[in-house]
Parts: sequence; structure tokens; C-alpha cells
Amino acid sequence: MSVTHLGMPTVPGKGNIVEPSPFPQVAELELGKIQMRTNLARATSTIRGKRLARVAEVPNWEELRDHGSAVKTAVMDRLPELLEQFEHNVTARGGHVHWARDADEANAIVARLVEEHAPVLDTGRREVIKVKSMATQEIGLNEHLEEIGIDAYETDLAELIVQLGHDRPSHILVPAIHRNRREIREIFLREMPDVDPDLTDDPTALAEASRKHLRRKFLSTPVAVSGANFGIAETGTLSVVESEGNGRMCVTLPETLITVMGIEKILPRFADLGTFMQLLPRSSTGERMNPYTSFWTGVTPGDGPQNVHVVLLDNGRTRALADEHGRQALHCIRCSACMNVCPVYERTGGHAYGSVYPGPIGAILSPLLTGTDAGANDTLPYASSLCGACYDACPVKIDIPQMLVRLRNEDTETKARKTGRLPRTQLDAALTAASWVMSDGRRMAVAEKSLPLAHLLTGPEGIRSLPGVAGKWTHSRTLPQPPEQSFRSWWKKERGTR
Amino acid sequence: MRIALFATCIVDAMYPDVAKATVRILERLGHEVVFPAGQACCGQMHINSGKFREAYPVVRNHVEAFEAEDWDHAVAPSGSCVASLGHQHPMIAEHNDDPELSARASAVASRTYELAQLLTDVLGVTDAAAQLGSYFPYSVVHHSSCHGMRLLRLGDRQLDLLRSVEGATVVEPEHPDACCGFGGTFSVKNPQVSAAMLSDKVDALVTTGASVCSGGDASCLMHIGGGLQRTRELMPAQAGVPRTVHLAEILASTKEDPLVLEPLDAPASRTPARSSRASRLRATLRSTPTDRTTGALR
Ligand code: SF4
Repeated sequence: MSVTHLGMPTVPGKGNIVEPSPFPQVAELELGKIQMRTNLARATSTIRGKRLARVAEVPNWEELRDHGSAVKTAVMDRLPELLEQFEHNVTARGGHVHWARDADEANAIVARLVEEHAPVLDTGRREVIKVKSMATQEIGLNEHLEEIGIDAYETDLAELIVQLGHDRPSHILVPAIHRNRREIREIFLREMPDVDPDLTDDPTALAEASRKHLRRKFLSTPVAVSGANFGIAETGTLSVVESEGNGRMCVTLPETLITVMGIEKILPRFADLGTFMQLLPRSSTGERMNPYTSFWTGVTPGDGPQNVHVVLLDNGRTRALADEHGRQALHCIRCSACMNVCPVYERTGGHAYGSVYPGPIGAILSPLLTGTDAGANDTLPYASSLCGACYDACPVKIDIPQMLVRLRNEDTETKARKTGRLPRTQLDAALTAASWVMSDGRRMAVAEKSLPLAHLLTGPEGIRSLPGVAGKWTHSRTLPQPPEQSFRSWWKKERGTR
Repeated sequence: MRIALFATCIVDAMYPDVAKATVRILERLGHEVVFPAGQACCGQMHINSGKFREAYPVVRNHVEAFEAEDWDHAVAPSGSCVASLGHQHPMIAEHNDDPELSARASAVASRTYELAQLLTDVLGVTDAAAQLGSYFPYSVVHHSSCHGMRLLRLGDRQLDLLRSVEGATVVEPEHPDACCGFGGTFSVKNPQVSAAMLSDKVDALVTTGASVCSGGDASCLMHIGGGLQRTRELMPAQAGVPRTVHLAEILASTKEDPLVLEPLDAPASRTPARSSRASRLRATLRSTPTDRTTGALR
């Protein structure tokens, strides 16, 4: 296994990237939420159609994907060097760079900076405004800040809905995708102190209500926390890609701007954005271009935030980087196309994945960040039928299906190391036996000698209920009646050995 | 041409008629078919369950079995198994520190085709009625399996062949590219999610009103057929639940030697003696010299 040394020890990631219960268990629960499933099916199918239409317009889409993938591969090969270049350029332009090994360190750094720059209000608490960010959700920043007397206000509409609803995000781009507008209206009426009691569920009215609610915060809060879509090594530039413009307010109005960025978000050159800004909006919202893209490079005296900080977050990323196959999960640009096309995600929703990273990418990224040795996230790699839709949709061509299978093998090997090679489940036992039979044509022929009897015993209705683990199959599907004779024995009889 | 048949384990043991149909098609085109006797399985079930170590002997066996015979091209009536040969066998060999087997596996895989792929790309079949005499007077909805579509890039090859069958009316389901939810051991490890996917697939197929659901993968057809059959059992009044038939059997069916399906609303007098609700609806075959049976329902 080729390992890239980052000069930092490899620490497993922690925070909101661990499934609290096994996927099949939570999935079963979530499958029962009919409203959620209806909302989700409608939303994902709309966004799928938009993405396909926008992608079809680009004649060299496959070349763009190849190029995006190649840039990311090159970034991972020289990540340490690029990060240092980035740090150098941010610092040279008056910014500050902090390195965080894991979620705890990142939370502590942000907390210290907020305490330094945000005043204590009459309420005895401090306030910050936030740009929608996966990295800060990953580390559980809001919860951490709340505990130490800092209230973090989400300014992205969907994120705000989740926050006000005391809910968890279920999608990386549309965190409230599991909600419909009737539910959103109810949340606003309940949670916004100054809301118009006659609020309707018209999307424009809902957006207006949130705008009024947020505007006061933008003008009065001196500290903002953001994530970043890209960090450019050659210039030290940071970038946020968004739809609503609330992010733009957050990165321009406050005095202090703290950005938490995963170390994999680095791009070598400003010109690389040419590729990624074509790939990202079309893949994520199905738009040719998103409405707001903000760039900032260090401090501009007298204009915008005067205290600019970047927290570079590892939290398991070097662990993933050290896995020669798994490191491709770090290529992800969080467009969410893979979850929008995923038939499993479409039915279970994002909460079933436990982690803030749901869907196909979550099923590989979360276990790669945390490792599965301690049993964490070990059911996620199995949460896929391997249909391959995610791989086709991914703008940076992450081979998610293959990675899922590799992680399944890693899980199998880890457990074998711990408990020995004896099969642990009925399914394991069956697969072990099958390996012996299926690695030899003669043994297959012997096994197939049971077919005539099975054929007789079953009858033409097929098998409607089986004991043990196979019962999970026959619970919703009938197994066909086995044939009287295998093809192999028919061939032997009809055609001799040939 | 001499063509090696890779029957695949599920067809060999559960759907022998699919393999017989494949042989008939190829022989009708004047090719010689060989069946490498050592063959067993592609190993996908083990590989996809993360059992790379247990998959290794299965992969090795496949490579050795096909190396032991002389042939120009190999064919399997399954997109999934053919995809496994090319996409997974080298990975398994390398994982088990056997780069030599990896190269040999790639060589076997590079000459192995899915049935529609072989017929279209290698044997130049573009019109099943004219070139194979295919005749199948039913309305058919086709399920394009995921691995054929996304790993082999079969595109419309299966559908185009089906459309060129005399008598067949091909109808489109909603969300034709949606996975049926099988995924091998996925259907056992995540049975509820798999069942939810299957139930949407069954709805989409039943809604078309087609009498037959065809496909190029016996495993997906077994899964879908199992769901359709359950629908029939639970809702006996539901008319027009299609039955599953592998594409190979449809292509092999001719006017002289047709695959005949008994109508679903068969009058009681025509039902077989040991009948149940399910068997009453079951597709049966007129006895033919080759004693064929339909794929999924028997
Ligand atoms: S894995 Fe690919 S498709 Fe999924 S969110 Fe990341 S970039 Fe987008």
C-alpha cells in the first residue's frame, strides 16, 4: 500500500461522521416515514432531471470529468506541499492559518477566535453568523459553541429550517430536502419570534420571512464562520459557492471571518476553477452557473473582514489519504449528484446514514475518515445495491461502487483478524461453503444433483418462505421452483463432454 | 466461429433453459458452441460481499476453465457476470498477490461478451426477425440491468434486438434505468430497502400492462420475478402482472418452435390439476422437442 506522509500522524476522524446505529436498523425506521419518502422522491427526481439536461448541454462533459479527476489525483499526490504553499500565501496577504488534527482541535480553535472577536451581549452570550458548511457540521461546531455560550446562526435558508426545526440535515446541498413547504411554514410560525402570523406556504413568502429574520443578524454580528468549496494554493484564495447570497453577506459584512476547510479542498492554481466551476453547479443544482460565487484572498485594508482566519481540518483525511484506493473519496467536491441518483438514498433519506455525509459518498467517506476497526460505520459500505448510478453521476469520477466493495473486504478482514476466520453469521457460512463449491466445475455438478429432488419438493408455485437468513428474502419475494436438471448435466447428456 | 458458453452459476442451476436458448441462437447462426466443463461461477457474490479471499479460488477456476478450451469468443447470458470478469477479476487476483492471474483474467475477460453485445458487435445481428427468425407475439417490457448498462455500456443493444423480434410489442416502463434492488447479498443484508426498491420496480412494470418482462440477467429477473409472483399471490384479482422471460429465450423463439405462454386469464378448465392461485397464473409451455420451460415462473 502506498502511503503519503503528511508530516502529521494519522488520527481517526470524529464528530458527526459516525452512524449511531447500524444502517439497516435506521433505514427500516426511515422507510416507514411516508411523508419524508414522498418529499424526497419528488425532490430528487426533479433535481435528477435538471442535472441531466444541463450536463447534456456540455459537449465535452466526459473530458471535463476526466480533467477534474486528474487535477484531484495530482492534488492528493502533493497535498503536503500544496497546503504549505497555501498557508504561505494566506499569511503573506494578512490572513492567519491554523492546523486542526481533529474535530476537537478545530472546535477549540474556532471557539478561541470567537471569544477573542465577538463581544458578550446583554444576554450574557456571544453570537456568530454562519455560511452553510459541511466541515463545521462534521465537527459539530454549533453544538460545541452553544455549550460554551456562543449562539451560531445558520443563514442558509435550508440550514435555517433544519436549525429552527431542531432537526438534522439529510442532504449535503439541500439539508431540509426531507421537508415540504407546509412543514417549513409550521416551523417558521413556531420558531421565528417576529414572524407574520398570516404566513403562507408560498415559497416566496417563506423566503421573505427568513430574509427579514436574518437581515438584522447580518448587520449586527461582527463574527462569521464559513466553510470553503475551494482553497487556491498559488494565491491563498478561498471560495464559497452558493445560491442565495447569504454567504456573500457573511463573508463581506463582519469584521472577523473564520473559515473551516478540509485539507482536501486545495486546488493548485486559480485556473483550475475553470474546470470545477463548470462541473459543480451543473452537477449539484442542475444550473449552468450558481448565483453567488465569492472569492477572498487574505485581508483587503478598509474593505471586508479585517481578521481573516483559516482552520485547516484533517479529522481523518490523512487516514483516508493513506489508503491508496480510498484516497479518491477525498476528490469529492460535495455536489450531491451521487445522492440524488441513488436508489437507496431516495428511499431511506439521509438520516439513515448517521453521518453528515449521506448517500453513496457518505457510505465510503465516513468509514474512511473514522476507520471501521472499532465497529464504527461498519454497516455503511453494505448500504448499496452497487447499481453504479453514483459513479456515472460523479463529476470527478470517484469509483464509489468499487470502493464500497473494497471497504466491505476491509471490514471482513478486520473482523477475521479479531475473531478468527470462523463464519460469524449464517450468510458468512453459506458464502464460505459456496466458495468451495463454486471454484470447481465437478463440485458444482455434484451440488446440482440435488436439483431433481428440490424441483419435486418445491412445486410450480415456487418457495414462499424459507427459514433463517434466507427468510429475509422470501419475506417479499417468492423464489422460483428449481429445474429438474442443471444445464451442465443436460449438456453432458446431449452433447457428451464437449 | 467457435464460441465458448459461460452459462453462469444461476442459469446453470436455476434457469437451464436460458443457456439452451443461447446455444440455439448461436447454432442457428452457424457457429459451434463449446461448454468449458470446469466452469462454475464468476465469483461476484463473494466479491460484492467483500470476501476477496474466498473469491480468489472462484476467479482462478474461471480463468483456468476457459483457458483449457480453444475458442474465438466467449459469451454469457448475463451482463453482470461479464462485467465482473473485466472489472473485478483482475482486482481480486491483485488483492491476493497474483499479478500473473490478473493478466490472464484480463485476457479471458477481453474476449468474453454479454449475449446482446456478442450478437450486435461481433456477429453483426441487427434484425432478430430476419437473421435469427425470432418470433414472440407478446407485449414486452424490458428491464435493462444496471451492470449491463453502466459497466458494459450496452446502451440499447438489448432493446434494439428485442424491438426487431417479429410480433413483439415493446413498451417502456417508468424510470427504466432504476435498479430493481437485488444487489446480490444486498437483498439479504438490507432486505427492507431492497424490498422498497423492488416494489417500485414491480409497480412500474405492472403499470405498463405488458404480459412479459424481459431482461438480460437471470439474477435480476429472479428478483423481479419473485416480486411479481408475490404480487400475484397477494392480489389475485390484479390482471396483467407480467411474467419474466430472459431475452435469450425470446430471441430463440421462432414460428416453427415458439415459446408459448398460456394467457394469464386462463379459464379454469384449462388449469393444470395440481393448481393453486399461483400455478393457475403460471406460464406454461406447449411441449416441444427440446422440452423448454419458461424462465422465472417454474
Ligand atoms: S462523490 Fe462525486 S457525486 Fe458525490 S457529492 Fe462528491 S463529487 Fe458529487
